Amino acid sequence: MAKTKRNHWYNYLWIWSIIYFALGFFNILFAWLGMIDFILPLIFAIVGGNKWFCNNMCGRGQLFWVLGRNLGCSCKKPAPRWLASKWFRYGFLAFFLTMFGTMIFQTYLVFSGAAELRKAIKLFWTFKLPWQWAYSGSIFPDWVAQFSFGFYSLMLTSTLIGLIVMVLYKERTWCTFCPMGTMTQGICKIKEHKNSK
Amino acid sequence: MAKKLANVNKNICVACGVCALECPREAIRIHNGCYAMVNEDICVGCGLCKKACPAEAIELKERG
Repeated sequence: MAKTKRNHWYNYLWIWSIIYFALGFFNILFAWLGMIDFILPLIFAIVGGNKWFCNNMCGRGQLFWVLGRNLGCSCKKPAPRWLASKWFRYGFLAFFLTMFGTMIFQTYLVFSGAAELRKAIKLFWTFKLPWQWAYSGSIFPDWVAQFSFGFYSLMLTSTLIGLIVMVLYKERTWCTFCPMGTMTQGICKIKEHKNSK
Repeated sequence: MAKKLANVNKNICVACGVCALECPREAIRIHNGCYAMVNEDICVGCGLCKKACPAEAIELKERG
C-alpha cells in the first residue's frame, strides 16, 4: 500500500516566488533574497549530494506546476528533445554563468565609481525596462542596488522563459535546462562517481 | 502484477523529481541527485510519471 502524500510547508514555496517578485517591484533591494535560491541548492548538492531543493523546495518549479497543472495554463505537450540534451543544458549553463559574471562586473564598476547606478532592469538580457520607482536611495552604497537590479533582471528573465516553455510544453519544462538544476545534478554526479570508486 | 513498468533513461533524466511527485504509489525516488529510480516491485505501470516527465526520459516497458 502506498503511503499517503503529506502536505508540507515547503509545498507552498510557490507563494514565496510571487512574494519575491512583488517585493522587488516596490523595493529592488529585496532582490538580494533571491540569493537563497542560488545558495541553498548548491549547499544541498555539495554537502548532501542530492537535489532535494529542486525536488521539494524550488518555489519557481512549484509555481510552474500550480499554473500549468492546477490552473491549466500548460499545453502539456512534449518539449523538443534538444531542450533536455546535454549540449543545450551545459551550453545554457555556460551562457547563464557568463551573464551572471557580466552582472557582477557591472556591480564592480559601480562599486569602483567607474559607472553610475542604472535604475533599470534588463529582460532577456536585451530589453531595458525603467524600474526607477523601486529605488530612491538607501543606507547602502550604490553597488548594492546595482546588484539588485541585475539580479532581479536575471530572476525575472529566467521565470519568464520558464513560463513560456510551461505554456508551450509540459509544466516543468524549465527544469530540464534550469542552470541551477544542471549545476546541482553535475555536482551530484561528480560526488556519486567519486563515492563509487 | 501489472504488465507494464516505468523505465528511466538515466542519460536523459535531469533528476527534477516531477515523476516522484506524480507517482501515486511513491515508487520513484531520486538517486543521489543523479537520476530517478523506479522500485519495480511497487510500480503499477500507470504511466503518470511518463506523462509528467519534462525531459521525456521515461518509457513504459513490458515486465520481463
